[in-house]
Amino acid sequence: MKQGAIWVRPFYYLVVFTVATISLYPILLMILSSFKKSVDIYKNPLGLPTSFSLDTYRTLLAKIPFTTYFLNSLFVSIVSVILIVVVCSLAAFYIARFKFSWNHALFFIFLLGMMIPIKLGIVPLFILMRDLGLINSLWSLILMNMATSIPLSMLILTGFFKTMPYELEEAARIDGAGNLRVLWHVMLPLMRPALGTVVIINFIASWNDFFFPLIFITEKMKRTIPVGMMSLFGEHSADWGSLFAGLTLASLPMILLFFIASKQFMEGLTAGAIK
Amino acid sequence: MIREYTAPSVRRRKSRVRWTIHLFPIPALIIYGLFVLYPILAALSYSFFEWKGMARGDFIGFQNFVTLFTTEPYGSMFWNAFKHNVLYFVVQMIVMNGLAFFLAFIIYQKIKGAEFFKAAFFLPRLLSVIVVGFLWKLILNPNFGTLNVILEKLGLETLQKAWLGDPNTALIAIILVNCWFGLGFGVLIFLAGFQGIPSELVEAAKLDGAKGFTLLRTIYLPLMVPSIMIMGILTFIQSFEAFELVYAMQGSMGEPYYSTDTLAVFFYRLAFGSSTASGATAIGLGSALATVLFLFILVCTTLFLRFTNKKNVQM
Repeated sequence: MKQGAIWVRPFYYLVVFTVATISLYPILLMILSSFKKSVDIYKNPLGLPTSFSLDTYRTLLAKIPFTTYFLNSLFVSIVSVILIVVVCSLAAFYIARFKFSWNHALFFIFLLGMMIPIKLGIVPLFILMRDLGLINSLWSLILMNMATSIPLSMLILTGFFKTMPYELEEAARIDGAGNLRVLWHVMLPLMRPALGTVVIINFIASWNDFFFPLIFITEKMKRTIPVGMMSLFGEHSADWGSLFAGLTLASLPMILLFFIASKQFMEGLTAGAIK
Repeated sequence: MIREYTAPSVRRRKSRVRWTIHLFPIPALIIYGLFVLYPILAALSYSFFEWKGMARGDFIGFQNFVTLFTTEPYGSMFWNAFKHNVLYFVVQMIVMNGLAFFLAFIIYQKIKGAEFFKAAFFLPRLLSVIVVGFLWKLILNPNFGTLNVILEKLGLETLQKAWLGDPNTALIAIILVNCWFGLGFGVLIFLAGFQGIPSELVEAAKLDGAKGFTLLRTIYLPLMVPSIMIMGILTFIQSFEAFELVYAMQGSMGEPYYSTDTLAVFFYRLAFGSSTASGATAIGLGSALATVLFLFILVCTTLFLRFTNKKNVQM
């Protein structure tokens, strides 16, 4: 590099600037356009909004029950994440900290899920959910979020459990602590980085999931945000101002969280692949 | 992806651990078995039965597979969609992963503002695919879409197009949108790969006079094989599962004229019927398609893993 030609560094900067612009501009456009009236978007699509008005948002909220969608998404995501952490911690603790002869096979079966294109099982899943009476229930989504999250979450948590020192666990057991107490009071407090990763990747996945709600949810008031967007675009496609407002509202929680914890987000979403 | 199982050598006296420990993996097993393993196995078995709507009929052997490949319009729809999936994979490998590799290499050179650029490339990945699809549908709109407006401002009116309405550009536009969405993820994977290369190796090669292309070919590329392999497999699976973006932007018929159809969208039409045209569902055919696609993905990824593992050993 030191011997590299003089134009190399400026060329590098030119490339990253150009790509960063392409990455960010559409998102910026989405947010800015959401403050414009539809007429202004048609007349002046590129410029900054002439006046910041929240009219588009008011129209949007009048058109679709966005608050309901938002609360549905929030409920599904939060419950999914909590249950994923509980269920996967229990299983990963078992696989990582004990040497039963079947643990190896069990771990392999869990990881196999990464290779399974689960969307292809949607017909049996639909019939199963129908028989369980979960069509149009948010629990169908929670169960799917849990099931699809298991391979990656198990990979991350099992890997982390294995790095924990055994002395602490031994000490607790000598003091008479049972399995649950060892897991809850000794292990989990030390697992925060791994748990954080699991929480973040699954929160994003649950929040953005589109395929399963599309199939399992047909009732208007049970929709989550992505499917709500689908109907917004189907029914009100002429009013661009409120379309942009809808897209912005759907994305805002993730974008805000990303600004708060961008490092954890990036580490979290790539954690599974790098290990 | 699947790491070697390395249990620490622990001498655990089992007697001290209560039997209740065996309850711990049960919830995960039940949920995973019921909602991942069972549906995929059931889908395989469904393909050998006759279906009337959602009701299963008689066992008919390979009849669904024969119908899928030999009866029109299914046969030509399959190969049409398959070609699109292949293109999806190839373009993503070259454009998205190629660019991601290069960007990761640049960031690895310790440029200023590396954290900002990483975050900028990554931000689109946080949006829901449905939001991505609709946002770009607006941007690519022929009348008021930003892209055509920008082209007009640049005096390039001749390039203006109805990007998603023209069968020649619709598919490639969707694939490029997918590249926009996934680029940052690739950058992070490749960057982690670069950062995992022992710096002594690079220094030694430089002392030997290697630079530029030679350095890339002899040091970086071979050592980056694991990252390239991971991205290759992930891109492959994702390309052959491609559904959401096409569905959001072009609907369940892969408009215009099936020019953006993919196997998963075709599968969706068979399983749940399309909103227009023949609304009848064909679960048997859909399951046959799912089986073919599932086996195809499984065989290809396995072969790919084997092939790259051998290459690793050779180095």
